[in-house]
Amino acid sequence: SMSPGDTSVLAGLYGPAEAKVSKELPDRAALEVLLRPKVGLPGVMERSREQLLRQTCEAVVLGMLHPRTAITLVLQVLSDAGSLLSCCLNATCMALLDAGLPLAALFCGVTCALQPDGTILLDPTARQEQEAQAILTFAIGSNDRKVLMATTKGSCSVEEMQQCLAAAQRAADTIFQFYRDSMCRRYSK
Amino acid sequence: RTVEPLEYYRRFLKENCRPDGRELGEFRTTTVNIGKCLCSITTADGSALVKLGNTTVICGVKAELAAPAVDSANKGYIVPNVELPSLCAERFRSGPPGEEAQAASQFIADVIENSQMIVKEDLCIANGKLAWVLYCDIICLDYDGNLLDASVFALLAALKSVQLPLVTINEETGLSEVNLKQKNPLIIRKHPVATSFAIFDDTLLIVDPTAEEEDLATGTVTIVTDEEGRLCSVHKPGGSPLTGAKLQDCITRAITRHKEVKKLIDKVIKSITPK
Repeated sequence: SMSPGDTSVLAGLYGPAEAKVSKELPDRAALEVLLRPKVGLPGVMERSREQLLRQTCEAVVLGMLHPRTAITLVLQVLSDAGSLLSCCLNATCMALLDAGLPLAALFCGVTCALQPDGTILLDPTARQEQEAQAILTFAIGSNDRKVLMATTKGSCSVEEMQQCLAAAQRAADTIFQFYRDSMCRRYSK
Repeated sequence: RTVEPLEYYRRFLKENCRPDGRELGEFRTTTVNIGKCLCSITTADGSALVKLGNTTVICGVKAELAAPAVDSANKGYIVPNVELPSLCAERFRSGPPGEEAQAASQFIADVIENSQMIVKEDLCIANGKLAWVLYCDIICLDYDGNLLDASVFALLAALKSVQLPLVTINEETGLSEVNLKQKNPLIIRKHPVATSFAIFDDTLLIVDPTAEEEDLATGTVTIVTDEEGRLCSVHKPGGSPLTGAKLQDCITRAITRHKEVKKLIDKVIKSITPK
Protein backbone atom coordinates (compact mmCIF):
# COMPACT_ATOMS: atom_id res chain seq x y z
CA SER A 1 0.00 0.00 0.00
CA MET A 2 1.22 3.42 -0.95
CA SER A 3 0.23 6.68 0.75
CA PRO A 4 1.83 9.92 -0.38
CA GLY A 5 0.11 12.58 1.67
CA ASP A 6 -3.52 11.61 2.06
CA THR A 7 -3.93 9.64 -1.17
CA SER A 8 -3.83 5.95 -0.41
CA VAL A 9 -3.90 2.96 -2.76
CA LEU A 10 -3.67 -0.70 -1.88
CA ALA A 11 -2.15 -2.97 -4.52
CA GLY A 12 -2.35 -6.75 -4.61
CA LEU A 13 -0.48 -8.82 -7.17
CA TYR A 14 -1.31 -12.43 -7.97
CA GLY A 15 0.82 -14.45 -10.32
CA PRO A 16 2.23 -15.82 -12.45
CA ALA A 17 -0.70 -18.21 -12.08
CA GLU A 18 -2.66 -20.55 -14.28
CA ALA A 19 -4.52 -18.62 -16.98
CA LYS A 20 -7.93 -19.40 -18.40
CA VAL A 21 -7.67 -20.95 -21.85
CA SER A 22 -9.54 -18.02 -23.40
CA LYS A 23 -7.14 -15.50 -21.90
CA GLU A 24 -3.77 -17.21 -22.18
CA LEU A 25 -1.16 -15.98 -24.65
CA PRO A 26 1.16 -18.57 -26.18
CA ASP A 27 4.42 -16.65 -25.80
CA ARG A 28 4.04 -14.33 -22.85
CA ALA A 29 2.22 -13.76 -19.58
CA ALA A 30 -1.23 -12.19 -19.81
CA LEU A 31 -1.50 -9.14 -17.58
CA GLU A 32 -4.76 -8.00 -16.09
CA VAL A 33 -5.33 -4.89 -14.02
CA LEU A 34 -8.44 -4.23 -11.94
CA LEU A 35 -8.90 -0.81 -10.41
CA ARG A 36 -11.64 -0.41 -7.84
CA PRO A 37 -12.66 3.12 -6.89
CA LYS A 38 -13.37 4.07 -3.30
CA VAL A 39 -17.10 4.49 -3.90
CA GLY A 40 -19.31 3.21 -6.66
CA LEU A 41 -18.81 0.65 -9.37
CA PRO A 42 -15.87 0.83 -11.73
CA GLY A 43 -16.76 3.03 -14.68
CA VAL A 44 -15.21 4.21 -17.92
CA MET A 45 -12.55 6.28 -16.13
CA GLU A 46 -11.36 3.20 -14.25
CA ARG A 47 -11.22 1.20 -17.48
CA SER A 48 -9.08 3.81 -19.14
CA ARG A 49 -6.75 3.95 -16.10
CA GLU A 50 -6.56 0.15 -16.10
CA GLN A 51 -5.49 0.24 -19.73
CA LEU A 52 -2.76 2.78 -18.95
CA LEU A 53 -1.43 0.74 -16.04
CA ARG A 54 -1.63 -2.53 -17.94
CA GLN A 55 0.32 -1.30 -20.91
CA THR A 56 2.92 0.33 -18.68
CA CYS A 57 3.41 -2.94 -16.84
CA GLU A 58 3.55 -4.93 -20.07
CA ALA A 59 6.47 -2.77 -21.15
CA VAL A 60 8.54 -3.57 -18.06
CA VAL A 61 7.49 -7.07 -17.02
CA LEU A 62 9.48 -9.78 -18.80
CA GLY A 63 6.42 -11.76 -19.78
CA MET A 64 8.40 -13.97 -22.14
CA LEU A 65 9.75 -15.87 -19.14
CA HIS A 66 6.30 -17.02 -18.08
CA PRO A 67 4.26 -17.96 -21.14
CA ARG A 68 0.64 -19.04 -20.83
CA THR A 69 0.30 -17.65 -17.33
CA ALA A 70 -1.78 -14.82 -15.93
CA ILE A 71 -0.60 -11.99 -13.72
CA THR A 72 -3.44 -10.17 -12.00
CA LEU A 73 -3.04 -6.81 -10.33
CA VAL A 74 -5.85 -5.52 -8.14
CA LEU A 75 -5.80 -1.91 -6.95
CA GLN A 76 -8.17 -0.53 -4.34
CA VAL A 77 -8.38 3.20 -3.82
CA LEU A 78 -8.56 3.85 -0.08
CA SER A 79 -8.58 7.63 -0.21
CA ASP A 80 -8.12 10.19 -2.94
CA ALA A 81 -6.56 13.56 -2.15
CA GLY A 82 -4.94 14.33 -5.49
CA SER A 83 -2.28 12.66 -7.68
CA LEU A 84 -4.21 9.40 -7.75
CA LEU A 85 -2.81 8.00 -10.97
CA SER A 86 0.82 8.43 -9.96
CA CYS A 87 0.02 6.85 -6.59
CA CYS A 88 -1.42 3.84 -8.45
CA LEU A 89 1.70 3.65 -10.61
CA ASN A 90 4.01 3.69 -7.62
CA ALA A 91 1.91 1.11 -5.79
CA THR A 92 2.00 -1.11 -8.88
CA CYS A 93 5.75 -0.94 -9.16
CA MET A 94 6.28 -1.72 -5.50
CA ALA A 95 3.87 -4.65 -5.78
CA LEU A 96 5.82 -5.96 -8.76
CA LEU A 97 9.05 -5.63 -6.78
CA ASP A 98 7.54 -7.30 -3.73
CA ALA A 99 6.25 -10.22 -5.78
CA GLY A 100 9.69 -10.73 -7.24
CA LEU A 101 8.54 -10.72 -10.85
CA PRO A 102 11.28 -10.36 -13.45
CA LEU A 103 11.33 -6.73 -14.60
CA ALA A 104 13.28 -5.00 -17.33
CA ALA A 105 13.20 -1.69 -15.46
CA LEU A 106 11.43 0.02 -12.60
CA PHE A 107 9.05 2.88 -13.08
CA CYS A 108 7.58 5.59 -10.94
CA GLY A 109 4.61 7.88 -11.36
CA VAL A 110 4.92 11.66 -11.07
CA THR A 111 2.10 14.17 -11.35
CA CYS A 112 2.80 17.80 -12.30
CA ALA A 113 0.26 20.57 -12.02
CA LEU A 114 0.69 23.62 -14.20
CA GLN A 115 -0.71 26.56 -12.31
CA PRO A 116 -2.37 29.53 -13.98
CA ASP A 117 0.65 31.74 -13.26
CA GLY A 118 2.97 29.29 -15.03
CA THR A 119 4.70 27.67 -12.07
CA ILE A 120 5.05 23.92 -11.93
CA LEU A 121 3.88 22.09 -8.85
CA LEU A 122 4.81 18.46 -8.30
CA ASP A 123 2.48 16.01 -6.57
CA PRO A 124 -0.51 18.33 -6.25
CA THR A 125 -3.31 17.98 -3.72
CA ALA A 126 -6.92 17.73 -4.90
CA ARG A 127 -7.43 21.46 -4.32
CA GLN A 128 -4.34 22.37 -6.36
CA GLU A 129 -5.43 20.00 -9.13
CA GLN A 130 -8.75 21.78 -9.46
CA GLU A 131 -7.18 25.20 -9.68
CA ALA A 132 -4.46 24.09 -12.08
CA GLN A 133 -4.52 24.92 -15.74
CA ALA A 134 -3.20 21.49 -16.69
CA ILE A 135 -2.26 18.28 -14.91
CA LEU A 136 0.34 16.00 -16.48
CA THR A 137 1.09 12.52 -15.19
CA PHE A 138 4.20 10.69 -16.34
CA ALA A 139 5.53 7.22 -15.67
CA ILE A 140 9.33 7.53 -15.76
CA GLY A 141 11.49 4.45 -16.25
CA SER A 142 14.50 3.81 -14.09
CA ASN A 143 16.96 3.33 -16.96
CA ASP A 144 17.73 6.65 -18.68
CA ARG A 145 14.65 8.30 -17.18
CA LYS A 146 12.66 7.74 -20.33
CA VAL A 147 8.92 8.33 -20.53
CA LEU A 148 6.92 5.12 -20.27
CA MET A 149 3.48 6.59 -19.93
CA ALA A 150 2.08 10.10 -20.32
CA THR A 151 -1.40 11.48 -19.74
CA THR A 152 -2.52 15.08 -19.67
CA LYS A 153 -5.64 16.81 -18.41
CA GLY A 154 -6.23 20.38 -19.54
CA SER A 155 -4.21 22.10 -22.23
CA CYS A 156 -0.70 23.48 -22.09
CA SER A 157 1.92 24.74 -24.50
CA VAL A 158 4.71 22.54 -25.80
CA GLU A 159 7.42 24.35 -23.79
CA GLU A 160 5.43 23.97 -20.58
CA MET A 161 5.06 20.25 -21.24
CA GLN A 162 8.80 19.86 -21.75
CA GLN A 163 9.47 21.77 -18.53
CA CYS A 164 7.06 19.52 -16.63
CA LEU A 165 8.72 16.48 -18.13
CA ALA A 166 12.16 17.67 -17.02
CA ALA A 167 10.86 18.39 -13.52
CA ALA A 168 9.23 14.95 -13.40
CA GLN A 169 12.46 13.26 -14.45
CA ARG A 170 14.33 15.04 -11.63
CA ALA A 171 11.65 14.05 -9.13
CA ALA A 172 11.87 10.44 -10.29
CA ASP A 173 15.28 10.21 -8.60
CA THR A 174 13.71 10.94 -5.21
CA ILE A 175 11.06 8.29 -5.74
CA PHE A 176 13.52 5.63 -6.82
CA GLN A 177 15.56 6.39 -3.70
CA PHE A 178 12.39 5.84 -1.67
CA TYR A 179 11.90 2.46 -3.38
CA ARG A 180 15.47 1.49 -2.48
CA ASP A 181 15.02 2.54 1.15
CA SER A 182 11.74 0.64 1.49
CA MET A 183 13.22 -2.52 0.01
CA CYS A 184 16.28 -2.23 2.28
CA ARG A 185 14.06 -1.83 5.31
CA ARG A 186 11.95 -4.83 4.34
CA TYR A 187 14.82 -7.18 3.74
CA SER A 188 17.15 -6.04 6.48
CA LYS A 189 15.01 -7.61 9.19
CA ARG B 1 4.20 -12.02 -44.26
CA THR B 2 2.00 -14.40 -42.27
CA VAL B 3 4.77 -16.51 -40.82
CA GLU B 4 7.22 -13.83 -39.71
CA PRO B 5 5.27 -10.53 -39.72
CA LEU B 6 7.82 -8.65 -37.63
CA GLU B 7 10.74 -9.56 -39.85
CA TYR B 8 8.70 -8.66 -42.92
CA TYR B 9 8.03 -5.24 -41.45
CA ARG B 10 11.57 -4.71 -40.28
CA ARG B 11 12.85 -5.15 -43.81
CA PHE B 12 10.59 -2.32 -44.99
CA LEU B 13 11.36 -0.08 -42.03
CA LYS B 14 15.08 -0.39 -42.74
CA GLU B 15 14.42 1.27 -46.10
CA ASN B 16 12.36 3.97 -44.30
CA CYS B 17 9.08 3.02 -45.91
CA ARG B 18 6.09 0.76 -45.24
CA PRO B 19 4.49 -2.18 -47.07
CA ASP B 20 1.62 -0.05 -48.36
CA GLY B 21 4.10 2.32 -49.96
CA ARG B 22 3.85 5.16 -47.45
CA GLU B 23 6.71 7.09 -45.93
CA LEU B 24 7.14 6.78 -42.17
CA GLY B 25 5.62 10.21 -41.63
CA GLU B 26 2.86 9.98 -44.19
CA PHE B 27 -0.85 9.73 -43.42
CA ARG B 28 -3.34 7.67 -45.35
CA THR B 29 -5.84 9.43 -47.60
CA THR B 30 -8.41 11.14 -45.43
CA THR B 31 -11.95 11.76 -46.67
CA VAL B 32 -14.78 13.31 -44.72
CA ASN B 33 -18.50 13.62 -45.41
CA ILE B 34 -20.45 16.04 -43.29
CA GLY B 35 -24.11 16.78 -42.82
CA LYS B 36 -27.47 15.43 -43.86
CA CYS B 37 -26.95 15.57 -47.60
CA LEU B 38 -23.75 13.62 -47.89
CA CYS B 39 -23.84 11.64 -44.72
CA SER B 40 -26.35 8.92 -44.03
CA ILE B 41 -27.80 9.91 -40.67
CA THR B 42 -30.87 12.07 -41.37
CA THR B 43 -32.40 11.70 -37.91
CA ALA B 44 -29.39 13.11 -36.11
CA ASP B 45 -28.82 16.78 -35.48
CA GLY B 46 -25.28 16.56 -36.78
CA SER B 47 -23.29 13.80 -38.40
CA ALA B 48 -20.03 13.09 -40.12
CA LEU B 49 -18.35 10.13 -41.76
CA VAL B 50 -14.57 9.98 -41.78
CA LYS B 51 -12.42 7.53 -43.72
CA LEU B 52 -8.74 7.35 -42.82
CA GLY B 53 -7.52 4.82 -45.37
CA ASN B 54 -9.70 1.83 -44.55
CA THR B 55 -10.62 2.90 -41.04
CA THR B 56 -14.19 4.20 -41.23
CA VAL B 57 -15.78 6.03 -38.33
CA ILE B 58 -19.21 7.63 -38.28
CA CYS B 59 -20.29 10.14 -35.64
CA GLY B 60 -23.88 11.16 -34.95
CA VAL B 61 -24.79 13.99 -32.57
CA LYS B 62 -28.25 14.19 -31.06
CA ALA B 63 -29.30 17.15 -28.97
CA GLU B 64 -31.86 16.76 -26.20
CA LEU B 65 -33.11 18.97 -23.42
CA ALA B 66 -32.55 18.31 -19.76
CA ALA B 67 -32.31 20.10 -16.45
CA PRO B 68 -28.74 20.99 -15.52
CA ALA B 69 -27.06 19.47 -12.48
CA VAL B 70 -27.63 21.15 -9.14
CA ASP B 71 -23.98 22.05 -8.54
CA SER B 72 -23.37 23.46 -12.03
CA ALA B 73 -26.62 25.20 -12.90
CA ASN B 74 -25.28 26.98 -15.95
CA LYS B 75 -23.66 24.04 -17.69
CA GLY B 76 -25.04 21.65 -20.27
CA TYR B 77 -23.75 18.14 -20.93
CA ILE B 78 -21.75 16.48 -23.67
CA VAL B 79 -21.82 12.70 -23.57
CA PRO B 80 -19.45 10.97 -25.98
CA ASN B 81 -19.73 7.24 -26.54
CA VAL B 82 -17.40 5.20 -28.70
CA GLU B 83 -18.65 1.87 -29.94
CA LEU B 84 -16.64 -0.85 -31.57
CA PRO B 85 -19.28 -3.24 -32.88
CA SER B 86 -18.33 -6.74 -33.90
CA LEU B 87 -18.73 -5.85 -37.56
CA CYS B 88 -15.68 -3.63 -37.64
CA ALA B 89 -13.07 -6.23 -36.81
CA GLU B 90 -13.14 -9.89 -35.89
CA ARG B 91 -11.48 -9.35 -32.55
CA PHE B 92 -14.41 -7.35 -31.15
CA ARG B 93 -17.22 -9.50 -29.80
CA SER B 94 -20.80 -8.36 -29.36
CA GLY B 95 -21.93 -7.67 -25.80
CA PRO B 96 -20.93 -5.04 -23.22
CA PRO B 97 -18.31 -2.54 -24.43
CA GLY B 98 -14.81 -3.90 -24.13
CA GLU B 99 -11.84 -2.15 -22.59
CA GLU B 100 -10.74 -0.55 -25.84
CA ALA B 101 -14.14 1.05 -26.47
CA GLN B 102 -14.38 2.34 -22.91
CA ALA B 103 -10.85 3.72 -22.93
CA ALA B 104 -11.58 5.42 -26.27
CA SER B 105 -14.79 6.94 -24.84
CA GLN B 106 -12.87 8.29 -21.88
CA PHE B 107 -10.19 9.67 -24.21
CA ILE B 108 -12.77 11.51 -26.32
CA ALA B 109 -14.43 12.92 -23.19
CA ASP B 110 -11.02 14.12 -21.99
CA VAL B 111 -10.23 15.74 -25.34
CA ILE B 112 -13.53 17.65 -25.30
CA GLU B 113 -12.90 18.75 -21.74
CA ASN B 114 -9.21 19.62 -22.15
CA SER B 115 -9.49 21.49 -25.39
CA GLN B 116 -12.59 23.40 -24.29
CA MET B 117 -13.93 22.68 -27.76
CA ILE B 118 -17.49 23.25 -26.57
CA VAL B 119 -17.84 25.31 -23.45
CA LYS B 120 -20.60 23.80 -21.35
CA GLU B 121 -21.92 27.23 -20.42
CA ASP B 122 -22.79 27.76 -24.08
CA LEU B 123 -25.15 24.82 -23.89
CA CYS B 124 -27.22 26.36 -21.14
CA ILE B 125 -30.58 27.82 -22.13
CA ALA B 126 -31.97 28.94 -18.77
CA ASN B 127 -29.95 28.89 -15.58
CA GLY B 128 -30.92 26.00 -13.41
CA LYS B 129 -33.89 25.05 -15.55
CA LEU B 130 -32.97 23.95 -19.04
CA ALA B 131 -29.83 22.99 -20.87
CA TRP B 132 -28.80 21.05 -23.94
CA VAL B 133 -27.42 17.54 -23.72
CA LEU B 134 -25.35 16.52 -26.72
CA TYR B 135 -25.16 12.77 -27.15
CA CYS B 136 -22.23 12.06 -29.45
CA ASP B 137 -22.21 8.50 -30.69
CA ILE B 138 -19.04 7.50 -32.46
CA ILE B 139 -19.29 4.15 -34.17
CA CYS B 140 -16.48 2.42 -35.96
CA LEU B 141 -17.60 0.72 -39.15
CA ASP B 142 -14.27 -0.64 -40.28
CA TYR B 143 -11.26 -0.95 -38.01
CA ASP B 144 -7.89 -0.70 -39.72
CA GLY B 145 -5.87 0.98 -37.01
CA ASN B 146 -5.70 4.55 -35.72
CA LEU B 147 -9.13 4.65 -34.15
CA LEU B 148 -8.48 7.68 -31.95
CA ASP B 149 -7.47 10.02 -34.77
CA ALA B 150 -10.50 9.12 -36.86
CA SER B 151 -12.87 9.42 -33.88
CA VAL B 152 -11.64 12.87 -32.89
CA PHE B 153 -11.88 14.03 -36.50
CA ALA B 154 -15.39 12.60 -36.91
CA LEU B 155 -16.50 14.25 -33.67
CA LEU B 156 -15.15 17.62 -34.73
CA ALA B 157 -16.77 17.39 -38.16
CA ALA B 158 -20.11 16.26 -36.74
CA LEU B 159 -20.20 19.02 -34.13
CA LYS B 160 -19.49 21.57 -36.82
CA SER B 161 -22.53 20.37 -38.72
CA VAL B 162 -24.90 20.50 -35.72
CA GLN B 163 -27.73 23.01 -36.03
CA LEU B 164 -29.51 23.60 -32.72
CA PRO B 165 -33.07 24.92 -32.83
CA LEU B 166 -33.79 28.04 -30.81
CA VAL B 167 -35.42 27.25 -27.47
CA THR B 168 -37.22 29.86 -25.41
CA ILE B 169 -38.94 29.51 -22.07
CA ASN B 170 -42.46 30.83 -22.03
CA GLU B 171 -42.65 33.21 -19.04
CA GLU B 172 -46.26 32.43 -18.18
CA THR B 173 -46.38 28.69 -18.45
CA GLY B 174 -42.76 27.98 -17.58
CA LEU B 175 -42.60 25.45 -20.41
CA SER B 176 -40.01 25.42 -23.14
CA GLU B 177 -40.86 26.23 -26.70
CA VAL B 178 -38.73 24.79 -29.44
CA ASN B 179 -38.55 26.80 -32.63
CA LEU B 180 -37.53 24.32 -35.31
CA LYS B 181 -37.53 26.91 -38.06
CA GLN B 182 -34.75 28.97 -36.56
CA LYS B 183 -31.54 27.04 -36.20
CA ASN B 184 -28.14 28.17 -35.02
CA PRO B 185 -24.88 26.32 -35.40
CA LEU B 186 -22.94 25.25 -32.32
CA ILE B 187 -20.24 27.56 -31.04
CA ILE B 188 -17.04 25.59 -31.40
CA ARG B 189 -14.14 27.41 -29.81
CA LYS B 190 -11.22 25.18 -30.50
CA HIS B 191 -10.52 22.56 -33.15
CA PRO B 192 -8.53 19.72 -31.65
CA VAL B 193 -6.89 17.23 -34.01
CA ALA B 194 -5.35 13.95 -32.90
CA THR B 195 -2.21 12.39 -34.39
CA SER B 196 -1.26 8.85 -33.48
CA PHE B 197 2.15 7.23 -33.73
CA ALA B 198 3.25 3.63 -33.30
CA ILE B 199 6.61 2.83 -31.70
CA PHE B 200 8.63 0.00 -33.18
CA ASP B 201 11.55 -1.68 -31.47
CA ASP B 202 11.94 1.20 -29.01
CA THR B 203 13.29 3.57 -31.63
CA LEU B 204 11.25 4.00 -34.78
CA LEU B 205 8.14 6.14 -34.83
CA ILE B 206 5.61 5.74 -37.60
CA VAL B 207 2.56 7.90 -38.12
CA ASP B 208 -1.01 6.67 -38.64
CA PRO B 209 -0.55 2.93 -38.01
CA THR B 210 -2.77 0.35 -39.71
CA ALA B 211 -4.25 -2.51 -37.67
CA GLU B 212 -1.35 -4.80 -38.65
CA GLU B 213 1.23 -2.23 -37.63
CA GLU B 214 -0.55 -1.60 -34.33
CA ASP B 215 -0.39 -5.30 -33.47
CA LEU B 216 3.33 -5.43 -34.16
CA ALA B 217 4.16 -2.15 -32.48
CA THR B 218 5.66 -2.05 -29.01
CA GLY B 219 3.77 1.08 -28.03
CA THR B 220 1.57 3.93 -29.24
CA VAL B 221 1.47 7.70 -28.66
CA THR B 222 -1.44 10.00 -29.45
CA ILE B 223 -0.99 13.78 -29.42
CA VAL B 224 -3.94 16.16 -29.64
CA THR B 225 -3.18 19.74 -30.63
CA ASP B 226 -5.39 22.74 -31.21
CA GLU B 227 -4.96 25.58 -33.65
CA GLU B 228 -2.76 27.68 -31.35
CA GLY B 229 -0.20 24.88 -31.13
CA ARG B 230 -1.18 24.09 -27.58
CA LEU B 231 -1.24 20.49 -26.44
CA CYS B 232 -4.69 19.33 -25.46
CA SER B 233 -3.64 15.81 -24.70
CA VAL B 234 -0.55 13.62 -24.69
CA HIS B 235 -1.77 10.06 -24.44
CA LYS B 236 0.88 7.43 -24.18
CA PRO B 237 -0.60 4.34 -22.60
CA GLY B 238 2.50 2.41 -21.61
CA GLY B 239 4.60 0.71 -24.24
CA SER B 240 8.29 1.21 -24.88
CA PRO B 241 9.96 4.20 -23.24
CA LEU B 242 10.53 7.38 -25.22
CA THR B 243 12.98 10.20 -24.64
CA GLY B 244 11.79 13.80 -24.35
CA ALA B 245 13.35 14.59 -27.72
CA LYS B 246 11.38 11.85 -29.51
CA LEU B 247 8.21 13.16 -27.90
CA GLN B 248 9.09 16.61 -29.19
CA ASP B 249 9.40 15.21 -32.74
CA CYS B 250 5.94 13.71 -32.41
CA ILE B 251 4.53 17.02 -31.27
CA THR B 252 6.03 18.90 -34.22
CA ARG B 253 4.55 16.36 -36.64
CA ALA B 254 1.19 16.65 -34.87
CA ILE B 255 1.18 20.41 -35.32
CA THR B 256 1.80 20.05 -39.08
CA ARG B 257 -0.96 17.46 -39.30
CA HIS B 258 -3.34 19.84 -37.54
CA LYS B 259 -2.91 22.39 -40.32
CA GLU B 260 -3.67 19.78 -43.00
CA VAL B 261 -6.80 18.57 -41.23
CA LYS B 262 -8.05 22.08 -40.54
CA LYS B 263 -7.73 22.92 -44.24
CA LEU B 264 -9.68 19.80 -45.16
CA ILE B 265 -12.50 20.52 -42.73
CA ASP B 266 -12.80 24.14 -43.83
CA LYS B 267 -12.98 23.06 -47.46
CA VAL B 268 -15.74 20.55 -46.75
CA ILE B 269 -17.75 22.96 -44.61
CA LYS B 270 -17.55 25.62 -47.31
CA SER B 271 -18.80 23.17 -49.90
CA ILE B 272 -21.95 22.33 -47.93
CA THR B 273 -22.85 25.77 -46.51
CA PRO B 274 -24.80 27.21 -49.47
CA LYS B 275 -27.35 24.37 -49.20
